[in-house]
Amino acid sequence: MPVLCSRCEIKKAHLKRPKTGHSLCKECFFWVFEEEVHHSIVSAKLFNRGETVGIGASGGKDSTVLAHVMKVLNERYDYGLNLILLSVDEGITGYRDDSLETVKRNQEQYELPLKIVSYEELYGWTMDTIVKQVGLKNNCTFCGVFRRQALDRGAMMLEVDKICTGHNADDVAETVLMNFLRGDIARLRRCTAISTGSEGAIPRCKPLKYAYEKEIVLYAYFKKLDYFSTECIYSPNAYRGHARSFLKDLESIRPSSIIDVIHSGENLSVKEEVRMPIQGNCARCGYISSQKLCKACVLLEGLNRGLPKLGIGKHHKLQDKLLKSQPLTEEEEKKFKMISF
Amino acid sequence: MKMAAPISIHLEFGGGAELLFDGVKTHHVTLPSQSEPWDVKQLLEWIKANLLKERPELFIQGTTVRPGILVLINDADWELMGELDYKLQDQDNIVFISTLHGG
Ligand SMILES: [Zn+2]
Ligand SMILES: [Zn+2]
Ligand SMILES: [Zn+2]
Repeated sequence: MPVLCSRCEIKKAHLKRPKTGHSLCKECFFWVFEEEVHHSIVSAKLFNRGETVGIGASGGKDSTVLAHVMKVLNERYDYGLNLILLSVDEGITGYRDDSLETVKRNQEQYELPLKIVSYEELYGWTMDTIVKQVGLKNNCTFCGVFRRQALDRGAMMLEVDKICTGHNADDVAETVLMNFLRGDIARLRRCTAISTGSEGAIPRCKPLKYAYEKEIVLYAYFKKLDYFSTECIYSPNAYRGHARSFLKDLESIRPSSIIDVIHSGENLSVKEEVRMPIQGNCARCGYISSQKLCKACVLLEGLNRGLPKLGIGKHHKLQDKLLKSQPLTEEEEKKFKMISF
Repeated sequence: MKMAAPISIHLEFGGGAELLFDGVKTHHVTLPSQSEPWDVKQLLEWIKANLLKERPELFIQGTTVRPGILVLINDADWELMGELDYKLQDQDNIVFISTLHGG
C-alpha cells in the first residue's frame, strides 16, 4: 500500500521529512524545500537587490544544491541578484581536479558564471607544495586556516558583495557541538548566526542553515543534480567525524535533534562579565584576527622563511618581527625548523 | 516445504558509500532461494557477507545501516516502506546514499 503525499493527497509519497515527519511526493518536496530556503532568505534579509553574490562552490552536495536553489529562487522571486559560482582550487592533485570538473559542469547546467581562485594566486603555495614542506601530520593546521580565509580572499579579489555557503543544519549543529566541547565561547556565539559580517571583510550567509542533510541529499538525488562526494584526502578530521556520528546517532532516535542542538546554541547566553577576545584585523591582509598578524599570514611567513613550524608553535612574541619582515635570531629559527613531525 | 524462488535485485551505492564497495556504484545481484521471502534486514547481512570490501562498520551498525546512510526502495524513502521489514520483490531497486561525505 503506497503512502500518499500528505500535501497534495494525490501522488505517491517519496520521502518522510525528518523535520516534520510529513510524507511528501517529489514535487511537493521540491516546492516546500525551496520555499523554506526562500523563507530563511527573506526573514533574515540575507540579500539586497542588485548585489553580486558569490556562491561558495566545492562541487559537493551542499553547494550544488545551494547553487541550484539560489538560481531557482532568484528567478522565481526576482531577487535581482547577480549570482556567481566561486570556487577555490587548493591545488590538491586528484581531489580538487575531480571536484572542480563537477563545478565546471554545474556552471553550464545552471548557466552561472564561475570564478576559480587558486591557493597559488591567494597564497603563493598549493596544498601539495605545503604538504611537501610540512609533512602530512601538520598539514591540517594549514588546510583549515587557509581554507577558512580562501573564500574571503577570493571574494575580495573578485569584488563580490556577499558570500553564501552551503552549510546545512547538520553542519551548524556539529559546529555548535564542537565549539561547546572545546569551550570556545566566542565561536559558539557566532556559529549559529545565519549571516555574519565578522569573520572576514565580506558578509557571509548560510541560506541552507535550517535544511537537513537528508533533505539536501534527497533533493540532489531526486533532481539528479551532479555532485562530487569524497573526503578531502588531506583531511582525516577524526574529532569532527565523531561529533558527526554522535549527531547522526541522536537523529536516528529523534529526528528533531539537529534543530534542537542549533536552538540550544542560539539560546545560550554568555554572561556579561565573560571576557571575549578582542577582535582586530590583521595588519597585513585585513582578515579578522586577535593578533597583529592573522594565523594564515603567520603560516605563510613560516612557509616562505622555510620555518614550517612557525604557525604551529607559539609565535606571539615574534609578531612584530614577522610583521616588519625582520630576520629571526638563530635560537628562534632553530625552534621552528625542526622537521621532526 | 514451499520455498521462495531466487530474486534478482539492483543495488546502487552513492554519495561516497560506493567507496566501501571498491568504488562500484551499481550491482545486479541474485539472492538465493530460501524458505521465507527476503527482507531488507537479511539483505544487509547478505551485503555484509558478499559485497562489502572494507570497514563494514562504516556501512552497518548492529543490524541496520549506519546512521547517516539513506536508503531508497524503488525510489522511495525506506522509512515509508517498512525499513528493515520490507519484503523484497524480484527486480526491486535499492539505493544506499551516504550523507557523511564532503559537502
Ligand atoms: Zn504531493
Ligand atoms: Zn586538512
Ligand atoms: Zn593576515
